[in-house]
Amino acid sequence: MGTEKTQLKVLGVRIETIRLLLRVIIFISIAGAAISSRLFSVIRFESIIHEFDPWFNFRATKYLVSHSYYEFLNWFDDRTWYPLGRVTGGTLYPGLMVTSGIIWHVLREWLSLPIDIRNICVLLAPAFSGLTVISTYFLTKEMKDSNAGLLAAIFMGIAPGYISRSVAGSYDNEAIAITLLMATFYFWIKAMKIGSVFYGTLTALFYFYMVSAWGGYVFITNLIPLHVFVLLLMGRYTHRLYTAYSTWYALGTLASMQIPFVGFNPITSNDHMAALGVFGLLQLVAFGDYVKSRVPSVQFKTFLAVSLTFVILLGIAGLFGLTALGWIAPWTGRFYSLWDTGYAKIHIPIIASVSEHQPTAWPAFFFDTGMLIWLFPAGVYFCFQELRDEHVFIIIYSVLCSYFAGVMVRLMLTLTPVVCVAAAMALSNLFDVYLNIVDVFTTSSNEIQEDKSTTKKSTKKSGVLEEKNVILPLITKLVVTLTFAFYLFYFILHCTWVTSNAYSSPSVVLSSRNPDGSPTIIDDYREAYYWLRMNTPEDAKVLAWWDYGYQIGGMADRTTLVDNNTWNNTHIATVGKSMSSSEDVAYEIYKQHDVDYVLVIFGGLLGYSGDDINKFLWMIRISEGIWPDEIKERNYFTDRGEYKVDKEASQTMKDSVMYKLSYYRFSELFGGRDGPDRVRNQDIPAADPPELHVLEEAFTSENFIVRVYKVKDLDNVGRNLFDATKFDNQLSKPLKRARTIKRPVLPIRE
Amino acid sequence: MAKKEVSAAKASAAIKKSQSGSSTLGSSTSGVSRFQKVQKSINELSSAVNTTYKDYVETLTPRLKLIDLFLVFLVLLGILQFIYVILVGNFPFNAFLGGFISCVGQFVLTVSLRLQIKVGSKPIEQVEESLKSNVEDEKVETDDSEDNDIDEELVIKTTNVEQEDTKIFKVISPERSFGDFIFASLILHFIVIHFIN
Repeated sequence: MGTEKTQLKVLGVRIETIRLLLRVIIFISIAGAAISSRLFSVIRFESIIHEFDPWFNFRATKYLVSHSYYEFLNWFDDRTWYPLGRVTGGTLYPGLMVTSGIIWHVLREWLSLPIDIRNICVLLAPAFSGLTVISTYFLTKEMKDSNAGLLAAIFMGIAPGYISRSVAGSYDNEAIAITLLMATFYFWIKAMKIGSVFYGTLTALFYFYMVSAWGGYVFITNLIPLHVFVLLLMGRYTHRLYTAYSTWYALGTLASMQIPFVGFNPITSNDHMAALGVFGLLQLVAFGDYVKSRVPSVQFKTFLAVSLTFVILLGIAGLFGLTALGWIAPWTGRFYSLWDTGYAKIHIPIIASVSEHQPTAWPAFFFDTGMLIWLFPAGVYFCFQELRDEHVFIIIYSVLCSYFAGVMVRLMLTLTPVVCVAAAMALSNLFDVYLNIVDVFTTSSNEIQEDKSTTKKSTKKSGVLEEKNVILPLITKLVVTLTFAFYLFYFILHCTWVTSNAYSSPSVVLSSRNPDGSPTIIDDYREAYYWLRMNTPEDAKVLAWWDYGYQIGGMADRTTLVDNNTWNNTHIATVGKSMSSSEDVAYEIYKQHDVDYVLVIFGGLLGYSGDDINKFLWMIRISEGIWPDEIKERNYFTDRGEYKVDKEASQTMKDSVMYKLSYYRFSELFGGRDGPDRVRNQDIPAADPPELHVLEEAFTSENFIVRVYKVKDLDNVGRNLFDATKFDNQLSKPLKRARTIKRPVLPIRE
Repeated sequence: MAKKEVSAAKASAAIKKSQSGSSTLGSSTSGVSRFQKVQKSINELSSAVNTTYKDYVETLTPRLKLIDLFLVFLVLLGILQFIYVILVGNFPFNAFLGGFISCVGQFVLTVSLRLQIKVGSKPIEQVEESLKSNVEDEKVETDDSEDNDIDEELVIKTTNVEQEDTKIFKVISPERSFGDFIFASLILHFIVIHFIN
């Protein structure tokens, strides 16, 4: 925002024109800042897709651009969820893929810029963050004025809470969904304010885009009706409200049913019933309003009482009746887990196991929004002071989202926009008072009244010239302004620091430092996935925990049993069982599911904490949910109830496939001494190394992070695999020397 | 004509409701006063309906009449589809939803248009009401010989509301509202056609 100093003299042009020009320039710089701060990951690492879900989106996008749109919608993916497969076209939100597909086609065919689809996918999120900034500006402008709008825009551009999901390479649904969220809200506020069918239609269109892009559209589906409902309760019905809401609901509902994954949900599931109910209510209120304007109030009261009881009874009976009949689906598990934080842990461990679904720790609020979090309540307070219809919206939004963000880390993302808007309103109110030096110089106000947000410089200049009673308020204003300028400055530093340090890691490639301090890159994932791609048959089935399903599909291009879609809990529990039970049980599962390779992630050597041993408890819990009499969580703890992997580990733990695969030949690295596990700070005993009978080691990456094992085939002479392995081991001992001698005598190509 | 029937039906439904609702209560305690009360409220109700209807007829212009006819047509169409689904079954659910929602959507849009372009009159939404409660078969005589002299207070109120109304959509001129209406309808029907396949 440093571009504003020159124009003070250019008063030959009309001030409005200058303002417009300035606004455009500020916008361009804000968008530039927003985009460039999201490019840390590309600069530090490379243009690569991040994390887990983006890999699926990337794979789907590749499918979309190499096939037609209809093939994409009818896509049955037989390379995941083996042997079930996944109706991918019908179970995804196509908005993201279609967006990047369209961009790709436009660039390629209209502009003749043949860009790799990967680059479009990587850079889509930063590009859309630029659009988010614009829609945030317009939304805040509706709330207060364009000064607040600009502040909100810059906050939105650099707030880490939003950056966390939109750095370059995090090609996820949220990347475009937040943009659409803000745009939908903006058009809704606009439609509600002027009662325009046109804006209502636009709201519905953006709502449709949002539905096509992210499952979080349910948030809009409930927030807008809630807003209308609260306005009705406050007695603020107007025909504008009727027009805006009815248009949005009728069009938006119909449009949202076009998405195959959503299907008939908008009229059959309980999540969407609030919108329908408010729609009906609004019709009645509109009618009641009409009657009210025609009829004396006494008559109207009776009329109201009779019809209200009738309608409410009918509505409640209808809802319960239809739910009982099974016509309306009850609320989903994720919904319950929002209200009862313990719910997921008890009933659906698979939801609770995702780290994004954990409750938020309070420092995270400061970490993700910096100083905005304490300006946020002030902004909400200003909303209460004015309390126009649109302020009610912000209040509802902030209350709901504060709660949700407290329940789930992931929903921090939806809180961030409203924090930015409210904080901008607060700050802009403050600046309105403290940067306005016009009332101090009531006599010579003409020169300075021009631009409120730019007067820092002129404050200094003219403050000296005036007499004493002017200086005092000036000093106050100066102090407050400078304090806040200081805060803002540190806010920017904080945001940049958080972005570059916390949110820019692709988590596929890890960065670390050598003992001498030089940076180094740990690329074990891609090493292992590439090994799989090049060294295994194309139809090999890889069993791994579901976290890695999308990556294996995307990078190694091999069939997986489970992936991050998690649509079939039993199948995941089966994989969990194969990991947590002993080898013979696991082997049966392997054979039943045609498994060729087993892949585990192990961070003990490097101290990489997101490995499978740490996730192991969730595997146990999930499979315990399906086979409570075979898998028992208690057996994996020591007698004292500790989760240990060293020599005190329980026998069940030591027998489990996961333990064996992780620590197989681990202590050999340390020359026969106990191997230290740097994640859990425990020593793995060298005396009793885990032995494998039904699996053999196929590949281990440089830092031991990814370990791939091959499932042995049934024995040729019909022996038990345990006996066969034992026999082989005995056999190989005397042969060992012979082999080492033999090795150099490889046939040399002529 | 249809309007009158509908409003009458509405009134009758409400009357029935109030009768049944309060008769259960009144049986135990003082039944006579209850009955008088109910009688009074019935009178009030029907007079309310009559006032509304009279006022509606008074303020009708040809253009609004056209819109209202269209609204009635939409409601009838919606009800027809609903009856069809109940009788025959909802096999092509897409088609039914498309047809039904296009009726509802078009209805809502038209009401919005009506709200926006009306000069002096108010919208009629009894039809909407009847769509919701779906009562129209019972034919009870309308006792329209009530004491519904519209007092001055009411007239003043109405004019006040009218002034307010002209302010409500001050940004939107009738021409623009018609343009908006067409735009929204086009999109609505595009989606409907897409939905029906």
